[in-house]
Amino acid sequence: MFLYSSITKKVLMALAGLFLVTFLSVHLGINLMLLKNDGGRLFTEAATFMGSNALIKVFEVVLFAGFLLHIAVGLVVSGQNKSARPSPYAVSNSSDTSPLSKYMFHTGIIVFIFLLLHFFDFYFIKIGLVAPPPGIAIHDFYSRTLLLFSTPWYSLLYIFCFIALGIHLNHAIQSAFQTLGWNHGKYMDAVKFLGSAYSLVITAGFALVPICILFFKH
Amino acid sequence: MNFTLKIWRQKNVEAKGELVTYDVSGISPDSSFFEMLDTLNQTLIMTGGDPVAFDHDCREGICGTCSLYINGRPHGPVKGVTTCQLHMRSFAHGNTIHIEPWRAKAFPIIRDLVVDRSALDKIIQAGGYVSVNTGGVPDANTIPIPKEKSEAAMDAAACIGCGACVAACSNAAAMLFIGAKISHLALLPQGRVEAAKRVQKMVACVDTLGFGNCSNTYACEAECPKGISVVNIARMNREFIGAKLFSEKEKVIKVSF
Repeated sequence: MFLYSSITKKVLMALAGLFLVTFLSVHLGINLMLLKNDGGRLFTEAATFMGSNALIKVFEVVLFAGFLLHIAVGLVVSGQNKSARPSPYAVSNSSDTSPLSKYMFHTGIIVFIFLLLHFFDFYFIKIGLVAPPPGIAIHDFYSRTLLLFSTPWYSLLYIFCFIALGIHLNHAIQSAFQTLGWNHGKYMDAVKFLGSAYSLVITAGFALVPICILFFKH
Repeated sequence: MNFTLKIWRQKNVEAKGELVTYDVSGISPDSSFFEMLDTLNQTLIMTGGDPVAFDHDCREGICGTCSLYINGRPHGPVKGVTTCQLHMRSFAHGNTIHIEPWRAKAFPIIRDLVVDRSALDKIIQAGGYVSVNTGGVPDANTIPIPKEKSEAAMDAAACIGCGACVAACSNAAAMLFIGAKISHLALLPQGRVEAAKRVQKMVACVDTLGFGNCSNTYACEAECPKGISVVNIARMNREFIGAKLFSEKEKVIKVSF
């Protein structure tokens, strides 16, 4: 990893990131099925399909590889960036830049912690590493979700993590285009706008589920 | 005008530096930042003190020698100028002004505000040569170049190599500098001949010098005194990816006896 050039590392990170970004919309689509008032039938059907389809199973491995690559390169790059300025300025940088772009590492860490939590709550139960809570079957993601979101602090934590992800994506999408060399006067403004819109949709979409459960299902 | 200056003083590369406070008074609003520092140094010399070392040469914004990180910004608060073109009227009477050197692992401090920016020269050297025909003077316009391309190349060539991009970057990356240098040659037919080799060699070189990676924060573009655009970084990335993926393999002829 250290042997790759700085640009190669960033290109790998951008490609893995864009792949993860497309995965999010698939996940969001399935999550929004929770909002259909049918006792979770549609959602469970989709979850069963995602858990059993052979092609999806292959993509599950690719997805994990994507996460690992993005995180590993991110850590290496951040380490190098940190060591590139060993003694900091006394008066810190007040250049006119996008303020959120400087917190990619921090928001990335929040999303990573959320990912671990998410694994313990769902994936480890699914593969049998962790026992499901009493009264809930291993593959009953619907009841599991309702149970988790019936705790307000969990819902708030969930929404907080998706705000962090939204901030991460807001910079990440246009940044990936720049890294891959797709910056042009003709379309860069559109890329920036669509990237921000997409990150807003992701944050709002994922946050919608706990908000609906918190306010309307009780 | 009166000012309180907090200036970074450091004897040499190994010594531990610190911010030292100086008061200057009677400064004309029309004097340049360096004339203000000259005034301070004159006072220091007259009173037996040690004058502050800082880089300067042409004092008209074209040589790229001057630096200084002023109140958290390279080349100070005014956009599109170098420190030598900054005037004291850009500050309010009685202001405290923090003056620090460029800070980057690749730019070791030589003394006070003077840093060693030869890392940037090493990147240029790694780029190698441009093939040109020697001989008689060619007729004008024998090589057609689209106007937009020649203008974009000139915009990139405006880089004076001062290193403000590195100083402004939260990762101390030199990507705007190298992007500008790659672009101004890659956009012109004369520079295309060695373009694929050049970008690979320059990127390989920059990675050995201790600069950071690009996070696309674009502080470099905001602080560049010559207004170099980050589009040049994207062009370099394009050139680099293209060279890695599609450049012709070098033919090696094995001679056996």
